[in-house]
Amino acid sequence: MIMTNVGSVPGKKIVEHFGIVQGSTVRAKHFGRDMMAGLKNLVGGELKGYTELLQESRQEAMDRMSEQARLMGANAVVNIRFATSSVAQGAAELFAYGTAVRVE
Amino acid sequence: MLEAVLGNLDIFLFLLFVVMGYSCGTIAEKRHYKSILKREKELIKLMLVSAEGRFADGAVNESFLVSGSMVVSNDYFKRLLAILRNFFGGRVKAYESLIDRARREAMLRMKEEAAARGAHMIVNLRLETSTIGRSANKKNRVGSIEALAYGTAVVMNRP
Repeated sequence: MIMTNVGSVPGKKIVEHFGIVQGSTVRAKHFGRDMMAGLKNLVGGELKGYTELLQESRQEAMDRMSEQARLMGANAVVNIRFATSSVAQGAAELFAYGTAVRVE
Repeated sequence: MLEAVLGNLDIFLFLLFVVMGYSCGTIAEKRHYKSILKREKELIKLMLVSAEGRFADGAVNESFLVSGSMVVSNDYFKRLLAILRNFFGGRVKAYESLIDRARREAMLRMKEEAAARGAHMIVNLRLETSTIGRSANKKNRVGSIEALAYGTAVVMNRP
């Protein structure tokens, strides 16, 4: 599955459009990571646990999106956008959407 | 003596947090900026544009999505400064540098991923920030922020 966030796939031609595909996941962090983040809030700096958590969840959202595209018969997703929103305290939703296309 | 310490434990803890936050936060920030500047110099050859590229037929070999992100949090001392700033208004320097660091680090991570896969340039860069963590839904509080950078890496056909 080719993924890009421009309107086309550079170097390839779009032959068929399938419409919007999307994938999302809501994740909460676990207790241990949360405690570490609480300590880190005192001294500042990167919260590595959160960075990893968000990367993983974003990857999962993208996997779901590409699975949807595969079922439609597409071989690429173009114009991908990401959105993050905090739905509840301590939980975040990661959302990815794009247009499924077939390229040659 | 011990009684006096125990009686004013909250004040002592507060002072301890302030001192700890100031010293650790300042050291960490300086070290981080140093590494950012060094890595930015190393990766300056990898072109990064926020426009959609137009490529001639046959010029592009491969293209793929790359992304980088960083979650960063302020220290206790700077948060205190920012609260004080809320009274008088003006530039909140403490948060300016925080967001600047997160964004530049996210872009660097994206560039590193692209460079590792042999890309020659990144087009259509998009940057996003969001507040996460416990204070995400509360007003007037910035706990930790996430900066996300993503774009399309392009591998050219070079003769």
